[in-house]
Amino acid sequence: MFRVVRLVAAKDLRIELRSRVVTNQVLPFAVIVMVMFAFALNTDEIVTRVAPGLVWLATLFSLLTLVQRSFGLETADGAMDAMRAAGVDPAGIFLGKALALAAQLAVLEAVLLALAVVLYSAKLHPGGVVLLVTTFLAATTGLALVGTLYGGLAAGVRGRETLLPLLLLPVVAPVLIGATRATEAALGTGGAVVADGWPWLGLLGVFVALFSVGGTLAFGPLIEE
Amino acid sequence: MQLSDAVAVLGQFPVLAGANLTVQRGEIVLLQGPNGAGKTSLLRLFAGLLPLARGEGSVLGCDLRTNREAVRKRVGLLGHSNGLYTDLTVTENVRFWGATVGASDSEVDAAMQRMGLAQRLAKVPVSRLSAGQKRRTALACLVARRAELWLLDEPHAGLDAAGRDELDTTLREATGAGATIIVASHELERAGALATRLVEVVGGQIREYSAEKPDTPDTPETPDTPETPDTPDTPETPDTPETPETPETPDTPETPETPDTPVESGAAG
Repeated sequence: MFRVVRLVAAKDLRIELRSRVVTNQVLPFAVIVMVMFAFALNTDEIVTRVAPGLVWLATLFSLLTLVQRSFGLETADGAMDAMRAAGVDPAGIFLGKALALAAQLAVLEAVLLALAVVLYSAKLHPGGVVLLVTTFLAATTGLALVGTLYGGLAAGVRGRETLLPLLLLPVVAPVLIGATRATEAALGTGGAVVADGWPWLGLLGVFVALFSVGGTLAFGPLIEE
Repeated sequence: MQLSDAVAVLGQFPVLAGANLTVQRGEIVLLQGPNGAGKTSLLRLFAGLLPLARGEGSVLGCDLRTNREAVRKRVGLLGHSNGLYTDLTVTENVRFWGATVGASDSEVDAAMQRMGLAQRLAKVPVSRLSAGQKRRTALACLVARRAELWLLDEPHAGLDAAGRDELDTTLREATGAGATIIVASHELERAGALATRLVEVVGGQIREYSAEKPDTPDTPETPDTPETPDTPDTPETPDTPETPETPETPDTPETPETPDTPVESGAAG
């Protein structure tokens, strides 16, 4: 299975390096969303207060585009069907695609966090760095796992472009809440302290565990006819 | 490969309704029939993609009812799409598909060489290839995957004359190397010349016309593959079961003689 994970992840990342869809399209989209939030909320005080939530909302919107793209590659010329026909381990496909998606999300989030510092005056505290990094790792993994699972589910369905947000957004609500609260604690936003963030990180951990096991088991049957 | 009273359904619709067919190793079987007759469903059943609802079936020794996942690693299905990643080069695609079964670099290179892709096309992104070149790349992926049973759905579609000749040569070579090929095609003249046996699929059932075809003097030989068994010109494709003049060509010495008259839903080989 690990050979398939490595193969699929390397293939997806190579395609991204070749096509540069994330850097040329998804990243500018996320930046525009962040700027629009700043315009809409106007006041510095409010923007600074809600900065963590805005970072994760922009990440979620970008996730939808990334998942569509990730499975668009597989369905454009019947590659997903060919992988099924070739008996490629579905758990390996799932984890490989999730890994590639997580790598792309991580780059995106790093840029969004930097933008939050510049545009929203968010402040990074040395004491919150560990919490911030682990929160981003856990939330990124969770989003990548759920995105891949639901991307695979919607891939073979008519109207998948509109169906995916409908399916995905409610499921990732716990990640949005947990990641936002933990990020607030790490940044000290609204008087939160670092200790407030660890329980939320625990929630993210449970989410990741649930979807890594559930997704690995469910992905095969989901992509079957 | 053997099917006995095989029934397969898509949703509520029976796409195969009691199909019987036996295919021996090394054969090239042409499936013909009108659109919606069940040709593609038959290929997908053999590929282990479509579950067997009733009846019995086995492919390469694997039971289609209980172990159809095991069939998939040994079967190559080339449908209407090619299963390629257009942002990757030809080499990267063939390498990826070969790597799914653990093929070595030399095996991948050999597959590309065999399909005429090793030279100037090797580093070209698939998005810049013609339809025929994409088809050849997809076939190279099958070769690299060491498929023992090739299931081809309209393989000649989109190919020019030279591409079709190359494809036919490749398929004859593949059977010479031990592969078995089942082709669904509407291009009876082209695919019929290639096939060692013709089978008609009608309404989800199988009518078999000939187990073998005649070894006639006008057989087009593949010049660079002398070991490839002779295949005749395109045989008359019988459109009614009463075509007694369709003779048979022994393509392999061990293939037993079977009646040359069409056999409805019969197992041959």
